[in-house]
Amino acid sequence: MDLSLLTDPVFLAQNIVDGLSRGALYGVFAMGFTLIFGVLDIVNLAHAATFMWCAFVGWLVMAVGGLPLPIGLVAATLAGSLLGVGLEFLAFRPIRKEGADRLSSMISSIGASLIMVSIAEAVFGVSTRRFPSKVLDPRPFFIGGTGGLRISRAQILILVASTLLMIVLGWFIRKTRTGKAIRAVSASTKASLLLGINVNGVIVRTFVIAGGLAGMAGVLVALLTNYISPPMGSTVELRGLAVIILGGMGNMEGAILAGFLLGLVETFTIAYVPGGSDIKDAIAFLVLFFILLVKPEGLLGKKKADRA
Amino acid sequence: MGALLEVKGLKVGYGGIEAVRGLDFSVPEGTIVTMIGANGAGKSSTLLALSGIVKARSGSILFAGREILGLRPDRIVGLGLVQVPEGRAILSPLSVAENLDLGAWTRKDKKAVAADLEKVYGLFPRLAERSKQTAGSLSGGEQQMLAIGRALLASPRLLLLDEPSMGLAPLLVASIFTTIKAIARSGTTVLLVEQNARQALKIADRGIVLSHGKLLLEGSGSELLENKVVLEAFLGKEGG
Ligand SMILES: Nc1ncnc2c1ncn2[C@@H]1O[C@H](COP(=O)(O)OP(=O)(O)OP(=O)(O)O)[C@@H](O)[C@H]1O
Ligand SMILES: [Mg+2]
Repeated sequence: MDLSLLTDPVFLAQNIVDGLSRGALYGVFAMGFTLIFGVLDIVNLAHAATFMWCAFVGWLVMAVGGLPLPIGLVAATLAGSLLGVGLEFLAFRPIRKEGADRLSSMISSIGASLIMVSIAEAVFGVSTRRFPSKVLDPRPFFIGGTGGLRISRAQILILVASTLLMIVLGWFIRKTRTGKAIRAVSASTKASLLLGINVNGVIVRTFVIAGGLAGMAGVLVALLTNYISPPMGSTVELRGLAVIILGGMGNMEGAILAGFLLGLVETFTIAYVPGGSDIKDAIAFLVLFFILLVKPEGLLGKKKADRA
Repeated sequence: MGALLEVKGLKVGYGGIEAVRGLDFSVPEGTIVTMIGANGAGKSSTLLALSGIVKARSGSILFAGREILGLRPDRIVGLGLVQVPEGRAILSPLSVAENLDLGAWTRKDKKAVAADLEKVYGLFPRLAERSKQTAGSLSGGEQQMLAIGRALLASPRLLLLDEPSMGLAPLLVASIFTTIKAIARSGTTVLLVEQNARQALKIADRGIVLSHGKLLLEGSGSELLENKVVLEAFLGKEGG
């Protein structure tokens, strides 16, 4: 590699921008993941399939339907919420009985995911779809002239959207009635029932929010990578999983922080390590491993006394 | 006064285990009823069935004249039947103030809630001092105060307390019983499950003794304190 890159401030800034926008995506994806984990104590392994389906919904609305980006985003968000609620009623609630094993819910979500991906393959085939350039102009902006810092519209959109989402969701979870109920159920289902909270109702609302987040993430990722295809969920899923573990299971701020961290580590590995793009996953997960070795409860995770 | 709670033929089980096997008892309005019984007698199972957390297999639970067996737990709380369960079930990552705030979840009367919050802080000044702290960082005694205070904020007609003195130092145990008496005097009916049989029966108007999921004995608190079976089984090792 070119050694002069090591001291090039523009190159460094470029990698920070790229890493943060990549990390923002992991964060948005993981926020929904971690919300569900909070209230149900299970990982919804159909979250990535929801995400993929919503990317296709966005593609149908914008590329096929010719409608503008805001409508595509809204449609994908609604589709995600709808899929989330569908999952709750079809895959989770029927097997959520007193004392039921959490493993059975996880397996049920794997089943749902397989079905969703298979249907997508049947409907859309395996070829990659892309957004036409009229959806979002692919030409980047340059700060400091050509050769300066390059930032695309998709990156700006993602950084702005994810920051807004984090702020709004943080406010929502702390200040609104539904948000408080979500936090209560995350802390203890039994206590929430005894407080008079309709726990099943809270779970449905959580799926609405988490599904909507998966939907937005689907379109945003598709815009950034310009790649829409039935298997697109699996790469994000693994990172989303890593991010919620690293952040501290069920901890939303932690997931966001971990998302940025993972995005930066990946980007910097590609940029500064010879052969980095081949080993970026290995490096990223090695970092994850060492952080968990030092802090097994995750970056912002709390050691839980009772989750009863 | 009439019975606020009337339980008939209550059966509760878990798989093949029959925890409560046809239990009848009632709680008159405005009284403290203490339920005692050996470990595994089915006391907690009874209370959880009353709250709808565990589904009863059969029987009838009349609360203020209304059948509540089969109702959703949140609806039961809304009717005024509120429980502090065994182990307290506080929300440890949330602050003390947030826990108390959630206690009033089913209530719409904001002003009355604010007044009740003042009363709870008056009853447990410690909670006021620690309102910003996470509930998980409280001591065992403070957590019990929080659990009781939180239940009071639901404005209960009937308060179920499952072993509120468990794990507390003797001095604190005494103060918890004083508090329970005060709560009852202010008009809340109390059904109290306790291992500290002597103190619990002392403050009780009536007592019931469970054995293997069935009613073994019942009587006034003072009658049971002198009952031979109760003396041998539950009061033997306690002094005074
Ligand atoms: N969730 C459960 N699953 C299976 N069995 C249970 C469950 N909860 C209680 N039991 C069983 O039901 C019986 C009654 O238990 P319960 O907790 O109601 O007793 P208890 O009188 O409250 O006892 P303790 O004084 O120890 O609290 C016991 O045999 C217990 O093992
Ligand atoms: Mg018990």
